[in-house]
Amino acid sequence: MAEVLVVVEHSGGEVKKVTLEMLTLARELGTPAAVVLGGPGTAAPLVDKLSEYGAAKVYAGESADLDGYLVAPKAAVLADLVRSVSPAAVLLGSTQEGKEIAGRLAVKLDNGLLADVTALAADGTATQVVFAGSTIVKSQVTRGLPLATVRPNSLTPAPAPTTAEVAPLEVAVDDSAKLARVVERKVEPKGARPELTEASVVVSGGRGVGNADNFKLVEELADLLGGAVGASRAAVDSGFYPHQFQVGQTGKTVSPQLYVALGISGAIQHRAGMQTSKTIVAVNKDAEAPIFELADFGVVGDLFKVVPQAAEEIRKRK
Amino acid sequence: MNIVVLVKQVPDSSAERSLRTDDNTVDRGSASNVINEMDEYAIEEALRIQEAHGGEVTILTMGPEGASESIRKALSMGPDRAVHVLDDALHGSCALATSKVLAAALGTLGADLVLCGAESTDGRVQVMPHMLAERLGIAALTGARKLTVEGGSLTIERQTEEGYEVVAASTPAIVSVWDTINEPRYPSFKGIMAAKKKPVRTLSLADLGVAPDEVGAGGASSAVVEHSKRPPRSGGQKVNDEGEGGVKLVEFLASEKFV
Repeated sequence: MAEVLVVVEHSGGEVKKVTLEMLTLARELGTPAAVVLGGPGTAAPLVDKLSEYGAAKVYAGESADLDGYLVAPKAAVLADLVRSVSPAAVLLGSTQEGKEIAGRLAVKLDNGLLADVTALAADGTATQVVFAGSTIVKSQVTRGLPLATVRPNSLTPAPAPTTAEVAPLEVAVDDSAKLARVVERKVEPKGARPELTEASVVVSGGRGVGNADNFKLVEELADLLGGAVGASRAAVDSGFYPHQFQVGQTGKTVSPQLYVALGISGAIQHRAGMQTSKTIVAVNKDAEAPIFELADFGVVGDLFKVVPQAAEEIRKRK
Repeated sequence: MNIVVLVKQVPDSSAERSLRTDDNTVDRGSASNVINEMDEYAIEEALRIQEAHGGEVTILTMGPEGASESIRKALSMGPDRAVHVLDDALHGSCALATSKVLAAALGTLGADLVLCGAESTDGRVQVMPHMLAERLGIAALTGARKLTVEGGSLTIERQTEEGYEVVAASTPAIVSVWDTINEPRYPSFKGIMAAKKKPVRTLSLADLGVAPDEVGAGGASSAVVEHSKRPPRSGGQKVNDEGEGGVKLVEFLASEKFV
């Protein structure tokens, strides 16, 4: 069976969940082969996890050039690899970097691109959910191989232990790929909460939360449920919570098992970012708020009474 | 510094949007069409750079006849002129073909800096700046929340999952911006009047030396094979809080095994 290349997303020496999801998906399409691209020493700590999820091979592209410039060198190495192994498909995470590499790869190989897919069938047909979650699209590349970015949380990762063979890649990066130089990488402490797009539970606050201080209530419920914190655009624009946590159009798209909307009216732009969540729960004062049209369970009431009571009840049950 | 801002006309994201049933392309006929919101931030950033460093600001749009409305709206914010790539053969173009056409148009404009929104509200794919950079052999600095221009040096700050990055390049380059970068100005009455007289040059595929069979549905590298409306979610249970809304909420979460 032909290889399916899965470009590994990693952070701080750990494989990100979307990669495990892609390896799980790749097994349906061919033989999964992980591609690690990063600075020297990046691959070694990732190999066990990649093996556990069925990577028969780990291609290790390691060079300071891959780390020191924005995506262009990674796309160049990946294009060479695709040309030499002729894979059945190439999968990348539908993250900022994943999409950027995919865009460059599409140009280099003159290959169609399937963006932000939630499923990819063995015949190469991708499923996408577009227009604020209102429309389901099935599409295919008509030139080249299936090259797709996969939306995080689209499937449940399942282990399939094997022993990956590690194959180092030759990394020779041309000067033309070294035009955007990373001068500094700042890591900001984010605590123990899961990453927003990967979390299986997301608790979001909207304008109804009232101010930045009150977001502690949203954080408390998120922590009790082991979830990430999100915010509506109204809350972000009002300065209640930082932009990187914004859910919806002009923010992140999330697809968790459980989405809890607190004081969020549910404008279409917000729904664009959370409509594919499995279960949706809402608390809002306004019984007519559109969020209730999507909520599997809704409480019409004052979130400052309902949420503390819910938090207390969860603690009691623990 | 000469700046080109990429502006895309999109169906209004606050209204119902759909794909056409005849050719699976975005239905622009029934939707009200507007400037892609993120592009307004790119225009604003271009005007601020122009105010500080001089030069010209040009709007570049590829789209059907009706996109000229968005071009006038963009010009009313203050840019000097616009180029509209207009050709019937473009209908149904994929991202790859679009990048080929825009790259050809940019080639004729010779910009020091190309600015665009980080994503469009219809496609949300975020690939265009890197596709263009790849074709033009220039740097792409993407997802900027801050842009600093010093002579021919560009530095951006961009949000990452872990924190943020500072990335630098020399002109010519393409920079995409998020809505955190500035607050776009509203067009003034004077600006709206002036926009009516600003030059808008129309370029066809022949002008750009791109063959019609390289673009449009025929030249597309990917195709929609079918589409359907997602069944709307139906609201489930809704309770009024009469003192135990929080408990009821947790009971629901427990029944779904989240607690």
